[in-house]
Amino acid sequence: MRRRYIAAIPHVVWMAVFVVVPLILVVFYAFTSATGGLTLENFRNMGSYMSVFARSLWLAFLATIICLLIGYPLSYVLSKEGPGMQRIFIMLIMLPMWINFLLRTYAWMSILENTGLINRLLTSLGIFDLINRIFNTNITYIPMINTQGAVVLGMVYNYLPFMVLPIYSVIVKIDSSLIEAAQDLGAGSMTVFKRIIFPLSLPGVLSGITMVFVPAVSTFIISKLLGGGTSILLGDLIEMQFLGNAYNPHLGSAISLIMMIIIMICMFVMNRFGEGEEQAVIM
Amino acid sequence: MKKPSIFGRLLMALVFIFLYAPIAVLIVFSFNSSKSRTVWTGFTFDWYLKLFQDTTIMNSLYVTLLVSLLAAVIATVAGTIAAVGIYNMKRSHRNAVLALNNIPVINADIITGVSMSLLFISAASVLAKLSLAFSQLLGVNINLSFSLGFGTLLIAHITFNVPYVILSVLPKLRQLDNNLFEAAQDLGATWWQAFYKVIIPEIRPGIVNGLIIAFTMSIDDFVISYFTAGRVQTLSMTIYAMTKKRITPEINALSTLLFTAVLLMLIIINIRQASQEKKLRKTRIRSTGIIKYSKI
Repeated sequence: MRRRYIAAIPHVVWMAVFVVVPLILVVFYAFTSATGGLTLENFRNMGSYMSVFARSLWLAFLATIICLLIGYPLSYVLSKEGPGMQRIFIMLIMLPMWINFLLRTYAWMSILENTGLINRLLTSLGIFDLINRIFNTNITYIPMINTQGAVVLGMVYNYLPFMVLPIYSVIVKIDSSLIEAAQDLGAGSMTVFKRIIFPLSLPGVLSGITMVFVPAVSTFIISKLLGGGTSILLGDLIEMQFLGNAYNPHLGSAISLIMMIIIMICMFVMNRFGEGEEQAVIM
Repeated sequence: MKKPSIFGRLLMALVFIFLYAPIAVLIVFSFNSSKSRTVWTGFTFDWYLKLFQDTTIMNSLYVTLLVSLLAAVIATVAGTIAAVGIYNMKRSHRNAVLALNNIPVINADIITGVSMSLLFISAASVLAKLSLAFSQLLGVNINLSFSLGFGTLLIAHITFNVPYVILSVLPKLRQLDNNLFEAAQDLGATWWQAFYKVIIPEIRPGIVNGLIIAFTMSIDDFVISYFTAGRVQTLSMTIYAMTKKRITPEINALSTLLFTAVLLMLIIINIRQASQEKKLRKTRIRSTGIIKYSKI
């Protein structure tokens, strides 16, 4: 009866074939050329994509920070609501995820366009007329679509729930007697937050950060729809090598490999950081 | 605990406006009489009628529902069996398998999709060469090769679904009382009976949760499908193809319908949960009473 572990063997085989082998293929393709020989050519070309790497990392970083700045206070506020309200609010945060994310992003196009809803609203309110009269300018719209700001907005919009849910689920589990004990011992609300709530919510923060950063750094839809091709990201670059005009799976694999390494470094740093903090809490 | 401050309420209101503004736009313009997505020209139900006649949209909806349902069910069965196996492993082996299991969860979707498409394309070309060699050797026409399509799409979906099922079933197995299984067997149940009649009912919440997560992941997926589906189109892929030109309001109508369906479902689930919790609270009070009684 102790041999029940054999139930996991089909799973291990399946994962080896459909997860591990494909990743090995990515590495293999990254170090070979179309003619079949081993080469570092794919990485030598990488220099010309430095700006794309930098832009992807920067925009994903910005989106992650903004998600954290909105998501943390939101989770904190949510956790103070009554249980019924909490359930409804969490449902409301998850509900948009049920609408196809391409459509939600597409809807932002209608809102942000030069002739979109925001600009139409501002026009009909006479804001532009007012500004033009005061500053003697001639603007008819605020350019919002096809900017990097729009891309970051799209990332924040799509990935904010991934930040809120882990942080919220950690905060609600914090033992309220700890907070009461701290208050009994004379801690003010700032001290309680700094010494108890924040350190205990850190695992949620860390998993929220990775859950936002990883999809943000690898997206290729948001940049296409809201960035308008002006700001291509790593994801776009990979997509182009596999399904686009610039068909070159070897280069695409090399870029994917580097992206994987970036993600692994990110995870590693987060884990280290988390472990240190947990020890500090225990001490 | 203190009541939420005015600042807190304001923050919540702003975030919910932010989250729902584009959805409101989608829904409102599903009733717009022209194809414009920014100018309101009048009210109509036409897009809802046209939606059901649009074969491209209906086909891709069918593909999406079929692949999501199949992948979710297969992944739930496979994941539950795998979770039982993983639970009974030695710690070191278990950690290794869980690390393997986590790869598709943590990895970027685009890398999962790209790497699987590399596997499928390589396997197809190897098989094509093999069948050519066999054909020449045996003098008959054999074709073992395949092209990317529904099969590869389904494999990809199962692969990224199974880890989520395992992650939601394992905690339930950990809560399980180990003696239950042996007690059932002592009382004469076979291994299978004990598993089916004792273990499964105990871990059912985890299994159902895994099924729901898997189905949601599948229905919402675009990136992995995009790289592994070949010529078959899921709904997301159809929408993506449309974004290159212009999305017809039929899609708005479809997503309004889906959104309403999900909303209704969630409301029903929530009401049920709330009433179950009420019941649970009552039984808990009763059971603590029993414990006190038995102590006496």
